Amino acid sequence: MMTSGFITALRRDLLLAARHKSEWLTALFFFVMVTNLLPLGVGPDAALLRKIAPGVLWIGALLSTLLGLQRLFASDYADGTLEQMALSPTSLSWLVAGKMFTHWLVCGLPVVLMAPLLGVQFDLPSRSLGLLTLSLLLGTPILSAVGSVGAALTLGVRSSGALLSLLILPLYIPALIFGAGAVEADLAGISPQGHLSLLGALLLVSVFFSPWITAVALRIALE
Amino acid sequence: MSNSVINWFKYASPSSFYPLAGRLIPYFSLAAVLLMALGLWLGLFVAPTDAQQSEGYRIIFVHVPASWMSMFIYCVMAFWSALGLAFNTRLSGMMTAALAPTGALFAFLSLWTGALWGKPMWGAWWVWDARLTSQLILFFLYLGFIALQSAIDDPRRADRAGALLALVGVVNVPIIYFSVQWWNTLHQGASVSLTKAPSMAHIMLLGMLIMALGFWAYTIAMALKRVRCIILERELTSEWIKRNALD
Repeated sequence: MMTSGFITALRRDLLLAARHKSEWLTALFFFVMVTNLLPLGVGPDAALLRKIAPGVLWIGALLSTLLGLQRLFASDYADGTLEQMALSPTSLSWLVAGKMFTHWLVCGLPVVLMAPLLGVQFDLPSRSLGLLTLSLLLGTPILSAVGSVGAALTLGVRSSGALLSLLILPLYIPALIFGAGAVEADLAGISPQGHLSLLGALLLVSVFFSPWITAVALRIALE
Repeated sequence: MSNSVINWFKYASPSSFYPLAGRLIPYFSLAAVLLMALGLWLGLFVAPTDAQQSEGYRIIFVHVPASWMSMFIYCVMAFWSALGLAFNTRLSGMMTAALAPTGALFAFLSLWTGALWGKPMWGAWWVWDARLTSQLILFFLYLGFIALQSAIDDPRRADRAGALLALVGVVNVPIIYFSVQWWNTLHQGASVSLTKAPSMAHIMLLGMLIMALGFWAYTIAMALKRVRCIILERELTSEWIKRNALD
């Protein structure tokens, strides 16, 4: 079956994540820390915080996704597992899709679930909290999908962490704009539907193409 | 039979492209100097003073062609990248690598002249206009490409990884452009409009076009020069270089 690689990679990476809890908990705590530092930087003015909350939470999500991305393929590359995956008869794209989905479950989903709580700290009205969660739910898979291409391209190169952020952050801009824009539009009394539709479109396109492009990038790295 | 078919791949090999590039460089360099001199003369002396912006607008003759070139060079890089990945030609990757610094230069030049122009016209070095923002992001994409290529030691891997990045980038450029445009209209309305006066004097358009052609020639000359250096670097141990190129 074609999807067996997907399920195998998903099960294996989830098991690994369950045994190394600190790895993904670090990303989550990073998200909480960054968003909590911001009010300390700009002051406790509730109106200002409400205005910048969508952007702050979204940028926190972008940055904490980057933390997990560096490890997406690195350890498998170091110990040769990745090479075995590339040589195996199962399609590499499905294996990559499984790893991407795990990355989202482990790094993206906790951020989505934590976001409403942090939104309360920023004094967001309850309607916007739901919308913020929805926009992150649609948006964080895009971050995992686009980011995995960057992770594969920077595999095993010098200072790959800094390079990864330089390559990937410009490509995150559309997701940031529409994700944070949906909540901001709602706060401003405009319908957020257009933003959410575009975010959904970005999600479909990136999830569809990314495993394939990532597999090509991995083969280049393994050559 | 074989004589009637054009050999499309004749110059795809570095050993035959190297001397061709060497022959072409003087022509394009000369064309660049002449065209830019003509364009600057038209722009700085011949073109009439603008009614609204007086003499300050004349930076347009560098600013607009530089912006055009920065966008165009990224497309050319994507073209060579696609060719390189499809046909596995070594020269394509070298061309992409040779074009990137010039593209980054033009992107930077466009931002810099834009800031110099913006200060007297809108009273600000930088505004979060859609075009400025997307030009800045294009500059970041160039930097990312150059950083990725210089971080990978194996030149073949660097070429292929860079090619993939350029292709991903070129798909994203329009998405980024339109999202930034929408973000801009949502945030600040049409307070700053970069739209120029609809009727542009013919002489101004001509000056800009000639400057753009001059930048083209400059880009080609620079890319050929750089690609020759890259070829020398990578093929230093090969037989044909020892025989011909280092005379």
